[in-house]
Amino acid sequence: MHGFANPARFLRIARWLMPLCLGLGLVVAALALAWGVFFAPAERLQGETVRILYLHVPSAWLGMAGWMGIAGASFTELVWRHPLAAIAARACAVPGAVFTAVCLLTGSLWGRPAWGTWWVWDGRLTSMLVLLFLYFGWMALSQASESSDGSENHAPAIFGLVGAVNVPIIHYSVIWWNSQHQAPSITMGKSAMSGDFLWPLLTATLGFTLIFAGVVLARMRAILANQQAEARLRRKAFSEVEF
Amino acid sequence: MREAMDPWTFVVASYAIGVGATLGMVGWSLLTMRAAEKRRDESRKR
Repeated sequence: MHGFANPARFLRIARWLMPLCLGLGLVVAALALAWGVFFAPAERLQGETVRILYLHVPSAWLGMAGWMGIAGASFTELVWRHPLAAIAARACAVPGAVFTAVCLLTGSLWGRPAWGTWWVWDGRLTSMLVLLFLYFGWMALSQASESSDGSENHAPAIFGLVGAVNVPIIHYSVIWWNSQHQAPSITMGKSAMSGDFLWPLLTATLGFTLIFAGVVLARMRAILANQQAEARLRRKAFSEVEF
Repeated sequence: MREAMDPWTFVVASYAIGVGATLGMVGWSLLTMRAAEKRRDESRKR
């Protein structure tokens, strides 16, 4: 892992990996959504509204995966002092928050025809909303710690690790508490879902995951480039002051 | 009594939000990356 600690080596890999992830992800996600909307059957009880599944589930997965990315990068930053870990955590925040918001909005749009309500304060919906607020808090803290005196600040990394406790709460909320939300249909190694729905769903999940990876790599390149430009300008400003 | 609702209204609204947000995020991340790398390259030249 420390082989990637060199930003120059990381950039060499990210330069070809980022467009590959984004291009492939956009194509796969577009094909999967077209499959879900035009070719997958309507569900017996929910009818056509089941098509929201192909957007809602991948965004829920990526909302949680984004925070696990922040937590993993935070752990790497605190334990191994990996120079790219804090950058990776910052890069995960925006796409994670966007997919969490998409999950909440599409869930609300699905809830209205399926449950007869836009929103209920049950365990799954509330813990997902808490995740969105955690993202906002993490981004604000990360921004504030970056613009302080430039010394090492591990507060966002600690927040990232502590906030990860919400991810299993989201996952198990439908098992622990009575919920309007259904229990998981897909568990490790088995699925209660028909292949007619499962395959377009898995394809959409793969497509959006590749898009997520591409966006994270693009954000990392942007953050790294900004840091390099800042460092260079600072060095020049110091050298001009000295002479 | 069941409320009569057109399911496609909800499906189309969901796809507009999901696809719009995803494309917007991809576009924004590429633009900010390009601007940051241009800024770094210019700082090298100065």
